[in-house]
Amino acid sequence: MRVAVVVFPGTNCERDVVRALRLLGADPELVWHRETDLSGFDGVVLPGGFAHGDALRTGAIAALSPIMEPVRKMAEAGRPVLGICNGFQILCESGLLPGALIPNRDLAFICRYVEVEVVDDTTVLTAAAEPGQVLRIPLNSYEGNWVDPSRTGRVVVRYRDDPNGSQDRAAAVANAAGNVVGIMPHPERATDSLLGSEDGLVLLEGFVCSLQPVRA
Amino acid sequence: MTTTGTPVYAQLGMTEEEYLKVVEILGREPRPAELAMYSVMWSEHCSYKSSRAHLRRFPTEAPWVVVGPGENAGVVDIGDGWLAAIRIESHNHPSFVEPYQGAATGVGGILRDVFTMGARPVALWDQIRFGPLDQPRNRYLFGGVVSGIAGYGNAVGVPTVGGEVEFDDCYSGNPLVNVMCLGVLRKEQLVLGTAGAPGNVAVLLGAATGRDGIGGASVLASASFDESATTKRPSVQVGDPFEEKKLIEACLELYEKGLVDGIQDLGAAGLSCATSEPAGRAGLGMDVDLDRVHLRETGMTAPEILMSESQERMLAFVRPEKVDDVLEVARRWEIDASVIGTVRADDRLVVTHHGEVVADIPAASLSGDAPLYHRPIARPDWIDGLWADPYRPGDVLVVDTLLRLLRHPGVGSAAWAYEQYDHMLFLDTVVGPGHDGTLLRVEGTKKGLAVSTDGNGRLCLLDPRRGASRLVWEAALNVAVTGARPIAAVDNLNLGNPEKPEVMWQLVEVIEGMSEACEALGIPVVGGNVSLYNETDRRDINPTPVVGVLGLADPMPAPPPRLDRARPGMEIWLIGPEPTDNFAGSCLERLDGPPRGRPTAADPEAGRAVIEEALRLAHVAPVLHDVSDGGLAVAVAEICIASGVGATLEVEGTAALFGEDPHRFVAVVEPGWDPPALGRRIGAMGGDSLVVGGERVAVSALADAYRNAIPEAMRG
Amino acid sequence: MKVRVHIERRPEIADPEGSTVARALSDLGFDEVAGVRMNRVIDLEVEGDDPEQVKARVAEMCRQLLANPVLEDFEVEIVG
Repeated sequence: MRVAVVVFPGTNCERDVVRALRLLGADPELVWHRETDLSGFDGVVLPGGFAHGDALRTGAIAALSPIMEPVRKMAEAGRPVLGICNGFQILCESGLLPGALIPNRDLAFICRYVEVEVVDDTTVLTAAAEPGQVLRIPLNSYEGNWVDPSRTGRVVVRYRDDPNGSQDRAAAVANAAGNVVGIMPHPERATDSLLGSEDGLVLLEGFVCSLQPVRA
Repeated sequence: MTTTGTPVYAQLGMTEEEYLKVVEILGREPRPAELAMYSVMWSEHCSYKSSRAHLRRFPTEAPWVVVGPGENAGVVDIGDGWLAAIRIESHNHPSFVEPYQGAATGVGGILRDVFTMGARPVALWDQIRFGPLDQPRNRYLFGGVVSGIAGYGNAVGVPTVGGEVEFDDCYSGNPLVNVMCLGVLRKEQLVLGTAGAPGNVAVLLGAATGRDGIGGASVLASASFDESATTKRPSVQVGDPFEEKKLIEACLELYEKGLVDGIQDLGAAGLSCATSEPAGRAGLGMDVDLDRVHLRETGMTAPEILMSESQERMLAFVRPEKVDDVLEVARRWEIDASVIGTVRADDRLVVTHHGEVVADIPAASLSGDAPLYHRPIARPDWIDGLWADPYRPGDVLVVDTLLRLLRHPGVGSAAWAYEQYDHMLFLDTVVGPGHDGTLLRVEGTKKGLAVSTDGNGRLCLLDPRRGASRLVWEAALNVAVTGARPIAAVDNLNLGNPEKPEVMWQLVEVIEGMSEACEALGIPVVGGNVSLYNETDRRDINPTPVVGVLGLADPMPAPPPRLDRARPGMEIWLIGPEPTDNFAGSCLERLDGPPRGRPTAADPEAGRAVIEEALRLAHVAPVLHDVSDGGLAVAVAEICIASGVGATLEVEGTAALFGEDPHRFVAVVEPGWDPPALGRRIGAMGGDSLVVGGERVAVSALADAYRNAIPEAMRG
Repeated sequence: MKVRVHIERRPEIADPEGSTVARALSDLGFDEVAGVRMNRVIDLEVEGDDPEQVKARVAEMCRQLLANPVLEDFEVEIVG
């Protein structure tokens, strides 16, 4: 299962995502944001970081990168598209997910474990999880506060407490079809009990299982 | 050559004697650009002219040292083809002028020092010290520095995994911001700061050059602060972590493809340093054409271009046939690159600007011929008075004292700071911030690298030799309790004005103490930094050496000891010598007033034995915790808070509970274990309170005091 | 009185965000863009009758809080 892991200038979680996906048997590959073709890939991940230095608004410039055209095509074709942290912000800026991410309620960067609850198991990210399942996953963001005036976003994973003011306590949001998902905490950082948690595996496993080979 | 009555050399911070030495080297009066280059390269910050003679005392050799002091970072062999690169630096003065950018550019600079060696930077630490938080200015500086570290480190994508936060009056006018970086590389990827061979092409990579930090090295880091500090502001540099991230990836690709012969980062003294040092190291010279340097501003003069400290720049030395490949890598990572020079076969550094030669000097003279001072040294006369009047606390209320200690921002949790740092990136932080030492897994191996940094200005004020020695022992034990054997040390010596004989005495004593401890431990000093002139209005800071110790665990204990692994029913053991009733330099003494007395000396024999015991126990004990700030009571309280379990301590007396004598650690173990020779059982985990000396306090109350120490102080 | 404060990074101080935006505009084909600086505007509602006095007070606010005198210049304008 080939997964494109997109690297924008300023992305910094790309190597962690590759490592976690490999652990689950997928075949991830780093793809530079200037690429215009993702044919041959079964799915795509936009990893965390600070694409284009978060200039203007987080995700604003990345949403206009050449790579986003093929990402959009993959989303339309129903293929799994996952945005983590900054990737979530880019998906919102590019209109692939509803809403936007604004600075945390307390205006401070947060780097710590949070508890989240899976509330919807019909998306590519939550396919392997049970509704009601509680996971302990690191949060690591400044602009993690999701707002959706349209109220069309599907909240699929919810914070148990309220670390950042996110609407509806949303930690992960999907499009209507459930193939495009953005998540603010980092599942790839919770893939090894030696580091504190392996609760992220069930999410990434769902994503990997949702990858269907591209028809030849 | 005078403008306003003051000679130009003096305006650039040079003495007449130094100026005359330049004239002697050149055999003529220097051109303006030449004088500019000498002034920055011969500044205290770049040349270590006051400390260099004494730094030779450090033990620097061991079979596993690959690169010792003098290069951009120290490099040690950690086995199986892997190397570790480590470096520490200070950004004290820039952080006082502009805390956010000062700290941010400090982080950027230390990263470049490490990836210059061919290593991927894997982790950052920060040791930061401020005046008390009841003053708004100190809260502003502390907040700004933490934001700057977070802003740069998080964005560049290198985890900030630990460090120190400390507060003391002496840092009010002069905060200390030290940053340390660790990198990991394969042996074959090691690159040095050498120009290589004649004919090599110098390629300037990264950000455009502007008027940032003109004279930063000489003006900011080598002079004292006084009322006029604000007038020194025009030279503030601005960091761009996003540019640095691209630069890291581009450089790592250059190394992987073997495209560079040598590379040097541009830090203090900018191009002056990055051209002259690599040429000097290779015994060669260089032609440099300043018209080829990509600039951010118009109308820059040659001295400005040569002295600029614009951030995020590297100078690579490339064989002519590989230049196109280097430019292609730069283009792909979207960083600017210009070919600015060629390495010469002779030893001349020849710089042209607008077709005119603006400098023609022996390349090596900028660093090799830098002044070396043997400044007067005198033991301060006030020290005997301090020694004669030690603090004697007598009996204290245990719980009240413990809570007061935990509420002190220097003892309480630093989570307020480190939760703003991304400390988890790279998936290798096995033991992170909030512990004695950090433990990082080396990806794809069973090895772990541990690091601890320690500083203590109060201890070193009272006895710089004993104090510095104890810092080494403490850092070594901190590393050992993660299961890692100490293999190397780095140091950042923050002191006052070296023109005062007392400060020079402190410097020499600190070096001696560190050296003695390193020798006793058998570890080399592989790099360091000296930051002098840390004074405001003639008041020097307490001598504050910061010692970093690197340890190697091979194999790494999995899981290693952590503070949060204590469970009800486990036994608490204390390993190490019995404490004396000496409180000199301790946190208990700090609650009472200024430091006094003479600190307990380290005991090398006991120190080594305790470290060996820690290394053994790290593979069996769920919790190992060094006894340091606040003594045994604070150490056990920290375990209770992290694990959420109470404890009963069968220990009494102020010295036993709050003394900070060295070489002691707590082990929490399952009952019925094989007890170590150096240890004794002092209690057990259980319940939801800490019971000690006939008093009782809820763990939740301890946690509240500990976790709110800094947040409360920051509310003012 | 409505007061508008313009805060600009001083010309000699690097502006990484501005450079990034300039590059992005050029990527989008706006080749005519020679430079971008990210500046800020703050609007205040201030009580007072004497415009000069109000301006002086707001300038003091800039020096103490609104602007970073190390990096930024500011300009105070009465807009209504």
